[in-house]
Amino acid sequence: MTTYAPQPGSAPWSRKVLAHTRMEFKLLARNGEQLLLALVIPVGLLLLLGGTGLGHRLPLGDGRPVDEAVPRVLALAVLSSSFTSLAIATGFERRYGVIKRLGASPLSRTGLLAGKIGAVLAVQVIQLAVLIGTGFALGWQPAGGPAAVFGVLLMIFCGTAAFASLGLLMAGVLRAEATLAAANLIYLLLLVGGAVMTPVDEYPAGMQSVVRLLPSAALANGLSNSTVDGIVPWAAALSLALWAGVLGYLVSRTFRWD
Amino acid sequence: MEIDNLVVRYGEKAAVDGLSLTVTGGSVTSVLGPNGAGKTTTVESCEGFRRPDSGAVRVLGLDPIADHDELMPRIGVMLQEGGAWSGVRALEMLRYVAGLHSHPLDIATLVDRLDLGTCGKTPYRRLSGGQKQRLSLALAIVGRPEIAFLDEPTTGLDPHGRREIWQLIRDLRDDGVTVVLTTHAMDEAEQLSDHVHVLAAGKLIASGTPDSLTEHGTKSLEDVYLALTAPKREN
Repeated sequence: MTTYAPQPGSAPWSRKVLAHTRMEFKLLARNGEQLLLALVIPVGLLLLLGGTGLGHRLPLGDGRPVDEAVPRVLALAVLSSSFTSLAIATGFERRYGVIKRLGASPLSRTGLLAGKIGAVLAVQVIQLAVLIGTGFALGWQPAGGPAAVFGVLLMIFCGTAAFASLGLLMAGVLRAEATLAAANLIYLLLLVGGAVMTPVDEYPAGMQSVVRLLPSAALANGLSNSTVDGIVPWAAALSLALWAGVLGYLVSRTFRWD
Repeated sequence: MEIDNLVVRYGEKAAVDGLSLTVTGGSVTSVLGPNGAGKTTTVESCEGFRRPDSGAVRVLGLDPIADHDELMPRIGVMLQEGGAWSGVRALEMLRYVAGLHSHPLDIATLVDRLDLGTCGKTPYRRLSGGQKQRLSLALAIVGRPEIAFLDEPTTGLDPHGRREIWQLIRDLRDDGVTVVLTTHAMDEAEQLSDHVHVLAAGKLIASGTPDSLTEHGTKSLEDVYLALTAPKREN
């Protein structure tokens, strides 16, 4: 005979975060649209730019097209997983009452956010493996050795913090449908106008000072600095950290459980 | 659970307007009232989803907003609708929520009790209304809470299903769980409740045991409720 006698208590924080990370990752892996954003578009773009002659015709930078394309496509992948996918998924979680249900569970706000970031990082590990593998298959020759590896990891960490904060902010203040539309729109706008695929120097002179301030420009240029120039992009990291600080503060002010 | 002079406003309108009530531990307490009476807002204030404009709410001696992380493991909440990812499977969701608690109920026994075995692998969006209700109830009690807030727990269930849920609610109470029930089903409130609170326009208009409110069974609770909440006509 089952007893329902109260015996409440929370699981350890690490177990809750792991459970949430695993759940979000599983749900994302079942979602075709999310996989399109996370992998199909970046891989397709890398193949186009690095494996065909198209890279020679576009203003990617001064180096070999594949060397210039890999860091910029990595930036796009970080943007898609940490911002677009996260914003859309969180917006619909709010719509379906999932956030409310979790708000009445032992998960806690920090557990929810850590679990979400964990799922994003798990996706990024796969993105990195696939894109770097594709890059090497296309003849990518990164410069810089350990400094480049550190620079890439630093950029992914700072970029994820900044863009995940932006995604969570949007999902917190907009309706689910508006989040879906706005996240896709911003993704496209940054892809074209945010210095993700094209260096800031290639933009019209009047735009450069504004474009340079965007987090997408910091992320893409920082990744490019790491693997093309072989230097650790401290300035880009600082820029992204500032974005993450401001946006993270706004998330903490606007986040609600219902 | 103690609510003292609670006021919650949406813009200019007071959804809850100076409400005070107490829920005794280990009982089933029903909160009744017409649509818009303030039932959901009152319960959501106890669950930490609404911040009072004035007044105080204490649940298990804790403030639902300030002590959110301390309180949540100790309560169970059944939402009126939703509360699960559209693509998550029923059993997967139940295991996930159970995993957030330190001493959850045995999943297999709970699945059997709530007849969720046949839909365990079905995505949430494909569950029937009754299956969603039963899953939502399972999610509310799987953590072995001290208080379970159940929002219309039998809506959409057939008569057999209703009776099974009623018996489960009685078992919860008998095992020491405090149950706070919001419902429009007067027979449900009459059958299950140790105490009934009736709200209208954000205020408490009647309170008592079903026996006292029905004058020792000489009236039905539905008749009492209709008389209490009848719209006032102007001549």
